[in-house]
Amino acid sequence: MTRIEAGIGDLDTLDRLAAQDSPIHRLDPRAKVIATALFLLTVVSFSKYDIAGLTPLFLYPAVLLTVGLVPVRVLLRYLLIACPFALLVGVFNPLLDREIVVRWGGLGISGGWLSFGSIVLRFLLTASAVLLLLACTGYVAVCAALGRLGAPHLLTMQFLMLYRFIFILTDEGSRMVRAHGLRSFGAGRTTIRVWGSLAGHLLLRAYDRGLRVHAAMLARGFDGTPRTLRVSRWSLTDTAFVLGCGLFLALVRFGDPVDRLGSWCVGVFR
Amino acid sequence: MHMADALVSPSVGATMWAASMGLAAYSARRIEPEVAERKVPLMGVMGAFVFAAQMINFTIPVTGSSGHLGGGLILAILLGPHAGFLVMFSILAVQALFFADGGLLALGCNVFNLGFWPCFVIYPLLFKPLVGRQPSRSRILAGSMLGGVLCLQLGAFGVVLETLTSGISELPFGTFVLLMQPIHLAIGIVEGAVTAALVSFVWQARPEVIDLAAGERTGSMPSLKPVLVTLGIVAALTGGVLSWFASAHPDGLEWSMFRTSGSEELAAPADGVHASLAGIQERTAILPDYDFAAAEDAQATPAEEGAAWPAVRAGTSLSGIVGGSLVLLLAGLIGMSLRLLQRSRQPATP
Amino acid sequence: MSHHIVEVKDLEYSYPDRTPALRGVSFRIEHGEAVGLVGANGAGKSTLLLHLNGCLFPERGTVRIGDYPVTRQTLPQIRRSVGTVFQDPNDQLFMPTVEEDVAFGPINLQLPPEEVEQRVVRSLESTNSLHLRQRPPYRLSGGEKRSVAIAAVLAMSPDILVMDEPTSGLDPRARRRLMDLLAGFTHTKIIASHDLDMILSLCPRTIVLHQGTIAADGPTAAVLADQDLLLRSGLELPLRVQGCPICGRSCGGHPRP
Ligand SMILES: Nc1ncnc2c1ncn2[C@@H]1O[C@H](COP(=O)(O)OP(=O)(O)O)[C@@H](O)[C@H]1O
Ligand SMILES: [Mg+2]
Repeated sequence: MTRIEAGIGDLDTLDRLAAQDSPIHRLDPRAKVIATALFLLTVVSFSKYDIAGLTPLFLYPAVLLTVGLVPVRVLLRYLLIACPFALLVGVFNPLLDREIVVRWGGLGISGGWLSFGSIVLRFLLTASAVLLLLACTGYVAVCAALGRLGAPHLLTMQFLMLYRFIFILTDEGSRMVRAHGLRSFGAGRTTIRVWGSLAGHLLLRAYDRGLRVHAAMLARGFDGTPRTLRVSRWSLTDTAFVLGCGLFLALVRFGDPVDRLGSWCVGVFR
Repeated sequence: MHMADALVSPSVGATMWAASMGLAAYSARRIEPEVAERKVPLMGVMGAFVFAAQMINFTIPVTGSSGHLGGGLILAILLGPHAGFLVMFSILAVQALFFADGGLLALGCNVFNLGFWPCFVIYPLLFKPLVGRQPSRSRILAGSMLGGVLCLQLGAFGVVLETLTSGISELPFGTFVLLMQPIHLAIGIVEGAVTAALVSFVWQARPEVIDLAAGERTGSMPSLKPVLVTLGIVAALTGGVLSWFASAHPDGLEWSMFRTSGSEELAAPADGVHASLAGIQERTAILPDYDFAAAEDAQATPAEEGAAWPAVRAGTSLSGIVGGSLVLLLAGLIGMSLRLLQRSRQPATP
Repeated sequence: MSHHIVEVKDLEYSYPDRTPALRGVSFRIEHGEAVGLVGANGAGKSTLLLHLNGCLFPERGTVRIGDYPVTRQTLPQIRRSVGTVFQDPNDQLFMPTVEEDVAFGPINLQLPPEEVEQRVVRSLESTNSLHLRQRPPYRLSGGEKRSVAIAAVLAMSPDILVMDEPTSGLDPRARRRLMDLLAGFTHTKIIASHDLDMILSLCPRTIVLHQGTIAADGPTAAVLADQDLLLRSGLELPLRVQGCPICGRSCGGHPRP
């Protein structure tokens, strides 16, 4: 199975999850988009050596995960597939930054390891926040929310159309690959020329489909102005959710709860 | 090639988001309703095509490894720069959301790296003049190859700049550039070859598809002024950030400041964003409440760096670890108890 | 009421690659008629239907829908009164959920939201697909897709229903259900199809297209029983008109020629 096919499978899974009903699902998509944005900004705003400071942020995905009825399995799978470019670049840090910055007993920890750890945590936090936004809201609703938050309509329309046709065209694509595979008898070295013709046919089919879809849209009165029906009402709960998230994030960011808790514990045991 | 959230600082992420959103709004405005009426379905389908085409792997001649299509240039060629940019935006958004390529914060960077260059620079300034009104096989080949290579070089350089400006990776500028550019030279050649193969196939089989795309473009070349203005603003902002780092630390692009300070107030989000937005302001006013003392100490006596750092957090490192573990435990516990609570309330959750 | 009349006069059309698709087609369809349009692959059925809703414009000749000739200026009126169900429902269901897809037309007519909602419910109900409302179209079966595509067109309250091969790709049960559904509509109907048995039971009148011209136009029973004509046009007798493969006798209600 190719990576794209796996991705399409994930689209499916996420859509199913988004169709569930929970207090998180019932929030206005805009509220969730805003909260996610705040969360992401908070995560990346920590200093690159900070590991401890990031930990309270795990509360956010933990709560969303459970209240939003998202299976941990799905989240882990997503994190695993997630392209580890960040980790790839981050893995150089321990090699390049060997300054010992923390001495803890006999153990010296270099800045590189700290920043690498921090990158890993950031990756886990940001990726799960994005996944949870989708799993509790649904792609379409996220797009609509972006539109209502001011994204250009043509862009949101494009988001929706793209999503719609990914399913059809990847299906066509995989059938084509299969047919090609069957006839190449496993010798299957697709040179660029063969690829050009395969992909070219796919492209022409896509193009023709585009024309047919165009006709179908015209037949139903489309005139180039995207209009959608989605009405979601912003309620008090949504305001409360955004404010709550904001407060929590501000507290974690500026209140230094970890150090306080830690010093308090250390004090107790001393 | 995708920038990742974990490597982007809020100021860089926000700046690039602003740039990309600005370009998207500009592109959307440039596509008039009469054209949109024809282009919307084609845009949707072509975006999906790029995904589908990425499923078809091919063998790269010498290496034997496999590659796939990136798509920016082909979209610009088939749909025109404005529509192409919007489609690229949507593709990258879906990749960020579902395939976890990159991330939401880094989306702005990725759209800029992979959409801006092919659609607003390479296509109008290179491909179009080169291939021109009378396309021929060799012109298409040359335009696509050169275009593909340049797109990826520019894009990769964007990644390097954005990563370094963000200051989260330790890689020094030179090393990173030497790492990224040659790899992307190879990828670019492949991208160019693939684009050429595709464009010449379509041009031979159904020339009207490319003619249509080319002819449909109102005012043929995108007026470069707004693009340049946007680019100028972005450059000024990025430059502001860059110069802020560089001048705070005369040893240029070596971000030792981060390594030596390590205090979390350094990259306070609000301050950081505002700082870059107001990059022209006086340096002293950028982070009014930040104390550079520790960093300067460390610079003055590099040998003592090891000592200088714990000085910032010495008293807190142990408590940090203890606190962090506790908080993690707590988060897990809260999550688990919530789930238990839910189970007890509605026993048949899927 | 003159405005549900479809009148096509000397219609000619070639595609940009100079394939002549229609070469002089004329007919007139009255209000409330149900007309079958048959012909081999490439006979020009789809091309003809695309002229009825102004997706294509005649090269020569005219197309009139009711009081209006089909031109760029009259497109809004034309598209309001002609509803087209396309051959592949995948092309027609382009919105993310069934509900939004059905609402697409009414929203473009700029109806008020309550009216849109009403129409969505009514048209989904009339095609027995209200339960699919929240589903994304790509997860529907072929028959369900077709029903939803028809609902999406009905939501525009067209006066004239134009369908391109509505039963292609359906299993027998879905086909049967669709035929029952169509039989219930009192609209003017124009149905292009290879499914001659369906035409036989739904449309009293049939037009046979052959290489872009009209080979026959008359009562379905007579046209579809004319073996020579059908063979010349690249078609076959409908099964119901053919002799029973087992006993050799005609099983349908129509006599063999
Ligand atoms: N988009 C197109 N471009 C060029 N030729 C076309 C196109 N669509 C159809 N044709 C040609 O026009 C003729 C009529 O096609 P069509 O109306 O689709 O036939 P039918 O629907 O009866 O099978 C055929 O010869 C076909 O090849
Ligand atoms: Mg047809």
